[in-house]
Amino acid sequence: MNVRIPILKLRDTLIVSIQWELDDQTAIQFQEDLLTKLHETSARGVVIDLTSIDFIDSFIAKVLGDVISMSSLMGARVVITGIQPAVAITLIELGIRLEDVMTALDLENGLDKLQLELEA
Amino acid sequence: MSNQSSVEIQTEWDIVAARQLGRNVAKELGFGTVDQARITTAISELARNIYLYAGQGRIEIQRLTENGINGILIIAADNGPGIPDIRKVMEDGFSTSGGLGAGLPGVKRLMDDFKIETTLGEGTDIRATKWLR
Ligand SMILES: Nc1ncnc2c1ncn2[C@@H]1O[C@H](COP(=O)(O)OP(=O)(O)OP(=O)(O)O)[C@@H](O)[C@H]1O
Ligand SMILES: [Mg+2]
Repeated sequence: MNVRIPILKLRDTLIVSIQWELDDQTAIQFQEDLLTKLHETSARGVVIDLTSIDFIDSFIAKVLGDVISMSSLMGARVVITGIQPAVAITLIELGIRLEDVMTALDLENGLDKLQLELEA
Repeated sequence: MSNQSSVEIQTEWDIVAARQLGRNVAKELGFGTVDQARITTAISELARNIYLYAGQGRIEIQRLTENGINGILIIAADNGPGIPDIRKVMEDGFSTSGGLGAGLPGVKRLMDDFKIETTLGEGTDIRATKWLR
């Protein structure tokens, strides 16, 4: 039952594409795996693609927010990509503001944005 | 097709089962993708609250028809400790578990009608409805 979310490394960036509905265990495991991988690879950027995610509740939002803060503590920038309209609407209605979070429409734009940020 | 179905909440996996059931019923009723996401999210919040605060309980999904309008009713019922101060838990950011405190006030905004009945030491019954417009 316990599937792990694959984390790919491309140059100095980690790429994560969440392809199925997140249960709590998988979300927590992902948090740990990503931080370990950041430590091992000294990657400076992370792109998390949520194109396949069709809802986000307060628990998953908290895990994502924590991942972003923890990554930044470790010196890496995170870009979230592919948030569907329905997800954006429900997040705001839930009262969750992912403030100071870099976002982009899709993976490609996210990688571009991250590259600009890292060069700056 | 029955117009009522339910999931017992005992483990984290039951939270996943409850929201999948809700999404399927919402889809069958003809709700659009945004309302499906609202309904799924609301169920996830209520089911997780049962799991976290009451240990176990039940999520029930009912199809409603009123004055020719269809809707979906989510019932979240448990025999847990109950909620001491309803006004407080309906404030954004109030949490006794280090959560965001977004769950209950969020469900109220995501759904059309929202009702809590709770008795200390006996449990909590939350009903939330979304109408198909
Ligand atoms: N079924 C329940 N039985 C007993 N207490 C509950 C129940 N549901 C919620 N509560 C109480 O209400 C508080 C607020 O719940 P709410 O879902 O709004 O936020 P949270 O669960 O603390 O955080 P979040 O949902 O954002 O992760 C909880 O911290 C808990 O104390
Ligand atoms: Mg909650």
